Amino acid sequence: MSFNNLDQLYRQVIMDHYKNPRNKGEIEDSVTVDMNNPTCGDRIHLTLDVQDGIVKEAKFDGEGCSISMASASMMTQVIKGKPVDEALKYSQIFSDMMLGKEYDDSVDLGDIEALQGVAKFPARIKCATLSWKAMEKGIDQQSE
Amino acid sequence: MNIQEIRRQFPILDQEVNGQPLVYLDSAATSQKPLSVIRALDEYYKGYNSNVHRGVHTLGTRATDGYEGAREKVRKFINAASSEEVIFMRGTTTAINTVAQSYGADNVKEGDEIVITHMEHHSNIIPWQQLAKRTGATLKYVPLQEDGTLSLDDVRETITANTKIVSIMMVSNVLGTMNPIKEITQIAHEHGAVMMVDGAQAAPHMKVDVQDLDCDFFAFSGHKMAGPTGIGVLYGKKKHLNAMEPVEFGGEMIDFVGLQDSTWKELPWKFEGGTPIIAGAIGLGAAIDFLNEIGLDEIEKYEHHLAAYAMEKMSEIDGLTIYGPKDPGQRAGLVTFNLDDVHPHDLATVLDADGIAIRAGHHCAQPLMKWLDVSSTARASFYLYNTEEDIDRLVNGLVKTKEYFSDVF
Repeated sequence: MSFNNLDQLYRQVIMDHYKNPRNKGEIEDSVTVDMNNPTCGDRIHLTLDVQDGIVKEAKFDGEGCSISMASASMMTQVIKGKPVDEALKYSQIFSDMMLGKEYDDSVDLGDIEALQGVAKFPARIKCATLSWKAMEKGIDQQSE
Repeated sequence: MNIQEIRRQFPILDQEVNGQPLVYLDSAATSQKPLSVIRALDEYYKGYNSNVHRGVHTLGTRATDGYEGAREKVRKFINAASSEEVIFMRGTTTAINTVAQSYGADNVKEGDEIVITHMEHHSNIIPWQQLAKRTGATLKYVPLQEDGTLSLDDVRETITANTKIVSIMMVSNVLGTMNPIKEITQIAHEHGAVMMVDGAQAAPHMKVDVQDLDCDFFAFSGHKMAGPTGIGVLYGKKKHLNAMEPVEFGGEMIDFVGLQDSTWKELPWKFEGGTPIIAGAIGLGAAIDFLNEIGLDEIEKYEHHLAAYAMEKMSEIDGLTIYGPKDPGQRAGLVTFNLDDVHPHDLATVLDADGIAIRAGHHCAQPLMKWLDVSSTARASFYLYNTEEDIDRLVNGLVKTKEYFSDVF
């Protein structure tokens, strides 16, 4: 069996985030978003502390496959401390990356770049985008 | 049963996926189609496509004969007393919804009970949830035994004089449990309730005799039994169907149409509003011919054998949990499982890279997942074209998956 293709998906840094998720937990009295992927049962509970247009803190809890949980971990890592519009910009870059489009690589993507391989596994794209959708919804809620 | 000969009837199986020969183990989601079914659809569209029950022209007559001929094949297949009791619908989901919206609306009121079980598919939960909400009735669940079976004592305890409808799956799409429908039907009738059977996972795999079961309604889908998608059947006892109001109104199902009022055709057409699923029904008829030629008893026996073989081989894998009855004789041809802490999605992706197609997720049974205390599971399901070699490939793939993720989990 050839697992070469799989190695593009299950990069070491992804498995590291899965095993040792960053920003796991919950922030009290904050913007809260619960989302799930109805086709597979993956779910995320995301809490954001947004003050003066800046994401001061982001934590997540949830259940799901390695791709969805690693993506959530990386997402919280990258948006923490960033202005809201910048967080949304990362979300756009990530979405482009998943769709296999050209994406803005002028910014430092950090660990997110490791998720590039997901684009080649169409059945798994929804796993990777779940937490990002939750983040967009949270920022949306907070600005209302 | 000559499996190699059967496999030749399914050209889709003869292909490589990700550089490996395909092993298709997802027939509980949808089965593959034999050449005879594909040919029947092709012949219909090439030779006699026409609307039914209206035109006087020759093609119209041929299409009508094909469509009504398929109904008679279905009647024999489930041993209904009359072809008037066989209604073509889109699938099991539509059939259950029709009973809930028509029979349910007329017969269920506040304070009544509807009884289902903890192992049901969403399509046999939500129509009843909605009916209960609309009418103020209570939706009750028969609990499951430790091994994922039903106990008749629990059934007796759950069904009461207030129960109006009992609706239970004949075979579980997750646990593989085969439920004692005949006995449950008897209990339902003793309390004056009607019995609806979700036969989606039963009709493709075993002989069904609706008169022997004595159930009031029975639903199944064509695409899980070697037929095309978009066609299914609602069987109902004539006395119920005659008393029920149609759910869909329009062409095809009417008798006289006035400005303010209309009357309906007799059974079964009063429930088949609009141009019916002609090609689908003809394809389903061809699928029934195909299954009959092999024999449903033979198919059931062979699938029990595959399930027993799979359970034996799979339980040798360290860290693999199998859900449902332990005794292979008590279960249909599918095995639902989890492997260590590997998420079923990751598992399915790795197996797919090895050409093996399985299902991962909640299998449209979220309440059952909750009962099993898992968020999702993996499932390998078998049909008459699967072989021991397919199962060996699966087991080999599972071992490799374990190795692949060994440094992570």
